[in-house]
Amino acid sequence: MSAVLGALVLLPALSGAALLVAGRGADRVAGPLAVAVAAAGVVVAALVAGTRPLLSVPFLGIVEGGDLRLVVDGLSAVLVVLVAGIALLVTVFAVVDLPADAARGRFFGYLLLFVAAMLATVTAATLPTLLLAWEVMGATSYALIGYHWDEPGKPAAGTRAFVTTRAGDLGLYVAAGAALAATGSLVLTDLESADGGWADVAAAGVLVAALGKSAQLPFSAWLSAAMQGPSPVSALLHSATMVAAGGYLLIRMQPLLASTGWAATAAAWAGALTAMVLGAVAVAQTDLKQLLAASTAAQIGFVVLAAGVGATAGGTAQLVAHAAVKAGLFVAAGAWLTALGTKNLTDLRGAARRYRGIGAAATVAALALAGVPPLSLWATKDKVLAGVDGTALHVVGLAAAAVSAVYAGRILAVVLARPAGDEEEPGTRRVPALTTVVAGVLAVFAAGLGVLALPAVAERLEAVLDVEGEPSPGLGELLLSGALALVALGLTVAVVRARPAVMEQLSRSPLASWAGLGRLLSPRPAMALARALATVDDRVIDRAVVGVAVGARRLAGMASRADDGVLDGAVSGVAAATRRTAAGSARIDTGVVDGAVRGMARAFRHAGGAARRPQTGLLHQYYAQAVVGLGLLLVLLLVVR
Amino acid sequence: MLLTVVIFLPLLAAAVLLAAPRIPGRVAIGVWVAASAVDLALVGWMWLRFEPGQGASGVVDGLAYEAHLQWIPTVNAGYHVGVDGLSLPLLALTGVLFLACAVYSLREPDRPHTYAALFLFLQTACMGTFASLDLILFFVFFDLSIVGMYFVIAGWGHGNARRSALKFFLYTFIGSLALLVGFIGLFLGSEERTFDMVALAANPPLADSPVAGGLVLLAIFLGLAVKTPLFPFHTWLPDAHTDAPAAGSAILAGILLKLGTYGFVRIAMPILPEAWQRWAMVAVVVGVISVLWGAFVALAQTDVKRMIAYTSVNHMGYVLLGLGAAGLVASADEGARTVATVGAMYQMVSHGLLTGALFLLSGVLWSRGHSYAFDRWGGLARPAPVFAACFAVAAFGSLGLPGFSGFIAEFQVFTGALQAAPLATVVAVVGILVTAGLFLLALQRLFTGDPVVPSEADPDELAEGPGPERADGTTATAVRPRTATRMQDLRSREAAAVVPLLVLAVILGLVPRVLLDVLEPAAMAVVELVGR
Repeated sequence: MSAVLGALVLLPALSGAALLVAGRGADRVAGPLAVAVAAAGVVVAALVAGTRPLLSVPFLGIVEGGDLRLVVDGLSAVLVVLVAGIALLVTVFAVVDLPADAARGRFFGYLLLFVAAMLATVTAATLPTLLLAWEVMGATSYALIGYHWDEPGKPAAGTRAFVTTRAGDLGLYVAAGAALAATGSLVLTDLESADGGWADVAAAGVLVAALGKSAQLPFSAWLSAAMQGPSPVSALLHSATMVAAGGYLLIRMQPLLASTGWAATAAAWAGALTAMVLGAVAVAQTDLKQLLAASTAAQIGFVVLAAGVGATAGGTAQLVAHAAVKAGLFVAAGAWLTALGTKNLTDLRGAARRYRGIGAAATVAALALAGVPPLSLWATKDKVLAGVDGTALHVVGLAAAAVSAVYAGRILAVVLARPAGDEEEPGTRRVPALTTVVAGVLAVFAAGLGVLALPAVAERLEAVLDVEGEPSPGLGELLLSGALALVALGLTVAVVRARPAVMEQLSRSPLASWAGLGRLLSPRPAMALARALATVDDRVIDRAVVGVAVGARRLAGMASRADDGVLDGAVSGVAAATRRTAAGSARIDTGVVDGAVRGMARAFRHAGGAARRPQTGLLHQYYAQAVVGLGLLLVLLLVVR
Repeated sequence: MLLTVVIFLPLLAAAVLLAAPRIPGRVAIGVWVAASAVDLALVGWMWLRFEPGQGASGVVDGLAYEAHLQWIPTVNAGYHVGVDGLSLPLLALTGVLFLACAVYSLREPDRPHTYAALFLFLQTACMGTFASLDLILFFVFFDLSIVGMYFVIAGWGHGNARRSALKFFLYTFIGSLALLVGFIGLFLGSEERTFDMVALAANPPLADSPVAGGLVLLAIFLGLAVKTPLFPFHTWLPDAHTDAPAAGSAILAGILLKLGTYGFVRIAMPILPEAWQRWAMVAVVVGVISVLWGAFVALAQTDVKRMIAYTSVNHMGYVLLGLGAAGLVASADEGARTVATVGAMYQMVSHGLLTGALFLLSGVLWSRGHSYAFDRWGGLARPAPVFAACFAVAAFGSLGLPGFSGFIAEFQVFTGALQAAPLATVVAVVGILVTAGLFLLALQRLFTGDPVVPSEADPDELAEGPGPERADGTTATAVRPRTATRMQDLRSREAAAVVPLLVLAVILGLVPRVLLDVLEPAAMAVVELVGR
């Protein structure tokens, strides 16, 4: 059966990749092919949900859990069927909703890749598998949101969505490292047995990743930007995929969160506060798609709350019910956008009356969103709140439930009003039958899942999820929340009808601009830092290097001058001195030594000359000389004596 | 013998090209392509016959295709080459990237003989460096690669090419001198007085003299850090890239930077294990700073090629983070350290493919409009969809999206390094967020919005004969408005060079066992040697 599990992911992945490679050449076949693949996906999903197979493909080595491993357990089985089902319905809607000349090959290519990534996410059993699917889902959502890349602002919206969710994804990288450090394994279920500091790190990482993907506080604002995508993309991203993935991951990792203590509490509060704050943001919107986007974050907040308090069955039920409700509402919003050319709430006055089929479906879905009994979200929300222990948390949860009735009421009050005549907006003025069918099917589930309020059905779900014995809401709680929803809904409709000024005032409040959450995601600080570092890089580091080089050159110049002036001078000096010494010694040689020799010779010559003089040859002179000599001898004798 | 043929075959082809200056330029490039293709085929053959593991995993034993000849017997330096799991992937990468560059340059109009010969010479130098098992031989090939690249940038670059080339040469050459000092230190410290890497790794020198070992490691570290390049020795890189021809940039980033990181794994870690352990934290910190510095500075660039150049600093930082973590023996178990090492080595191959592709693609911009500035281009997805698709794929690969080779590398680096250096790793993870932002921003600037193309004429188009505009007496540049909207999409040779690189990056991202089966045993061996 593991081949079937492989097919679940590979079938949409490969056909999606093929469509992308084929490009515009595949535009004509893209729609039918995508529907066929999505339909096959539903069959395969049902098969794997029944047989619960396991698939492992070698991927990374060295440590346990490096393989690509897909496992279908109870939770995965529910999610796989949900994802495949919603994917099929949305694909059908997309085929009729996209304009005829659209680049369908690219659209359905990315759509199928996206669905494949979501299916892999909900069956992943190892961290590499999870991260692979998780990030590919983010990247394909970028491509889908920025599908109309040639329209201003749309690529930027995709960028914002991808960068924000990736900021959360960093948590999963860290969690993977912590898992390896704590357990020596990358298998997801092993992470539950982690303890000590690494468990805290892993839990923090998982929490951040899930909050980012699910657009919980403080990451919520990317969802607003994501509304730039085509309607089918919104219908898919905001129901069973993408934002749902974060809630799913927290439910899956609930034991880890619980083992740290703080992480579970943090998740619960993050979910509850998101449900409250983003609910208020939804109330203040004037654009239907923006309203629905904020409400998505708010409703997924209940899933996150459930994961935090350990209400696995309640959270899963909420995830499934919300998927049906929100997909239905987005299909309706998309159909109205195509038909009436507007998603502005004031211009949608009476939209549900104009197109009755889709209007009925949207009404049912909106009532479910409000939490009206006996529809789905009423039951699932109470199942979640039944698991909440703390009073404060419980009160916030109930208040958030009441707020959801307010924003749902806001939609209903407008679309069910009497139409105010045809506006000047461009549109096809037509809702295709297939769209109505899709919305109808979704509405049936949105209403029908209310059976989860029956204890028997809830127990069946718990058995599937393997979590028997979770607290269920009592009759009193169910009645209370139902009454609360009805009262809030009624009041809202009354206020919108009687005092439109209140709503206008709300839409001028900061809540309308998503309570300034977008500012948290502003790239400005990063850009400023980047520019500052680039300046340092140019002005300091590079200049230091160039400075060293210039310094070296200057040093070389100095050395060269020293070479010319000192060393060379010294050498020439020595040479000159030597020359001078030599000349000196030459002079001494000729003047002194040679002179002395010659002087001596001269002296001898003189002496010789002088000695020749007395020898005159005259006898009388010899006598005289002898007399003088004897006289001198006599004197000498006298003196000596 | 086979390995020697692989190393010197390109040099032989280069000699033939220089000896026969009469053959036409197109044929000369043909010879280049053929020689590179044959060389790649031989590496492929080596890969097929290479059996990793088997108890002997490389580095110190179990080397394949070994050749050992005496060269300078007085200092016991020889022609010692061989292949193991560390070098084989990089040899293959060299073969692939040089072939891609050859195909990309098929129509090179400027002195094609010399151009081809220079690249073939460079290929020999790179192959030789990766195959060397002797420090002196390594050094010689290492320096020859610098010389070759100098001439490529100075001779075929644009802009301020000579200055950039000189900066590149001086900086990396001085770095290599530090490396030489380190090698001599290893020689003097070794018991048997040898330059042989295998002998040195088997019996590490300077094991019991921490100061001398530290100093030798410092010299080697500095030399390799300049080449890698790591912060703060990276500033030659953006200038060299901006002014180099596209193929030169691809080789410079794809292969030459790997000479540095490869030196860490092949020389610094196994031969100086004790010093590496002691100073591993420095490698980690330098790696993390490079990661963040490269990413943030790249984000601020206004020029495509400079941006890609800075992302190289970022990507090489991950390698150092992984290798540094591998040295923190006391704080992490062997499994985690091995994972980090495998990631670092995977990153070398992955970065070579993806950055090579990105640089070749940015060369397309230059050939069409003689500008890399973001503000001179816009809306290119409409006139050049194939180019846009290829660039987008390469960008997503480079930002580490799963499904591409970069993810396999970065995931393992982070996962393996967290235990050893938790804080550093958590900080480094931010790098992949910044790269995501900067690449998406680049895609937005280049490909969306209104089409904007610089007004200069396409030199290739001019070379292909007079166009219709010029037939009626006016020049092509004169009639084209400041913001033309025409842009020739990828030509077939450009696509033939880039697409295989991207396909390989995807294959390595989805079926990583192809490479991991070779890498993992070698990484285990390195980690074991470092842990001594």
